[in-house]
Amino acid sequence: MSNDRPASQPSRALWSAAWAVARKDVRIELRTRYALNSMLLFAVTTAVMVSFRLGPLGVSRDSRAVSTLAVLLWVAIFFAAMNGLSRTFVREEETRTVALLRLSTPPLAVYLGKLLVNLGLLALLETLVTLLFVVLMNVRIAQPGLFALILGLGGFGLAGATTIIAALVAKADGRNALFTILAFPLLLPLLIIAVEVTEVALAGSSWSNALGGLRVLAAYALAQTVASLLLFELTWES
Amino acid sequence: MNVTGAAPLRLVWHNVAKTYGSRPVWQHLAGEIQSGEVLVISGPNGSGKSTLLRLFGGLEQPTVGTIEYIRGAQPLTPRAMRPQIGLVAPEMMMYRELTALENLQFVAAARGLGCSTAALLEQLAAVGLAGRTSEPVSSYSSGMLLRLKYALALVHQPTVLLLDEPTAMFDEAGRALVDTIITAQRQRGLTILATNDQRELAWGDFVLKVGSALQ
Repeated sequence: MSNDRPASQPSRALWSAAWAVARKDVRIELRTRYALNSMLLFAVTTAVMVSFRLGPLGVSRDSRAVSTLAVLLWVAIFFAAMNGLSRTFVREEETRTVALLRLSTPPLAVYLGKLLVNLGLLALLETLVTLLFVVLMNVRIAQPGLFALILGLGGFGLAGATTIIAALVAKADGRNALFTILAFPLLLPLLIIAVEVTEVALAGSSWSNALGGLRVLAAYALAQTVASLLLFELTWES
Repeated sequence: MNVTGAAPLRLVWHNVAKTYGSRPVWQHLAGEIQSGEVLVISGPNGSGKSTLLRLFGGLEQPTVGTIEYIRGAQPLTPRAMRPQIGLVAPEMMMYRELTALENLQFVAAARGLGCSTAALLEQLAAVGLAGRTSEPVSSYSSGMLLRLKYALALVHQPTVLLLDEPTAMFDEAGRALVDTIITAQRQRGLTILATNDQRELAWGDFVLKVGSALQ
């Protein structure tokens, strides 16, 4: 009877390996700036273009304006993320470093390391987009705590889903187009809820109005994390 | 031969076949080697030498048959043996944006080795890269890249060393380095080479010819 995996994999060693993967990717990203540049360029371009038409003078404080801003905020985050977050796995395939990574690193550590990098990139992106919207469109965030929680939960779901999709499409031809095509239906429920609760945070309504949406965002993040942890080894080794 | 004192490690493969689509690469391969021994896989271009090496390294699965590493009673699949395997192969590239030392630091950390920078520099010096460890790998020549691959493959003192075209980019000094490495590996575990170079065939205790039966 053969054994398909080591008897035990201490969590400390796992996180240490995951941290090594994340550190390596961050170091490479800081030297190439591929994901950072493409994400930041898209975020800035979108925010500036939108601000010309819907700038401080173009948007009133009514409910329709708040809805518009919430949608635009998440559209900017989603498409900028699509431009950069697939790089974590695609780069390994393009530079043919996959064999080295597979031989030296436990599969789960690869996933967790890549997830950490994408979480960091997305946090940076969300901060920049928010600042651009505040400065260029005079957005007033009535509930900053709620707004930060929405960005955190939404960002976690977005980063987790894009990480596993990037692993799935990395070996495929036309991987960049495939990445967005696969990500959109998977992320649509998350985006719809994120927009809804972002409206609450911008408008300054009570936290209780956002509780249902927050629960859905948390459940989405949890479900996709569990599914990714279960599926990743199969994806990585196939 | 087993010098480590532990039970000898054996690699046993039985009725192994590999097929890509409807094209069989080879079939009915069977054999066994153990610690201290060197196996050379030989065959014409496209005969599946590298594929068999990847199967032994757990990077691919056989279409049919079993491959097991056995030490004592518990057999392990090649995938489960990965922490004890070192691979040098043309298709295995390093991170070109990083330096040689950073590449080695990453692999050591990912493998959970607590190596100091001094120990890693010593490892790089042992493969002839002393003084070039802080340069980006993208500036390395083919021979230097191959030397770095040996450092990456040996950093964890593997019990299984897999070498695909082990001296393809090397000069005589590089060839001597590989000779030293294979001699040392005989004390630590088993070695498998994939090559067609007549001089490298001499390193093997056994030669497994693949591909000819299906030509």
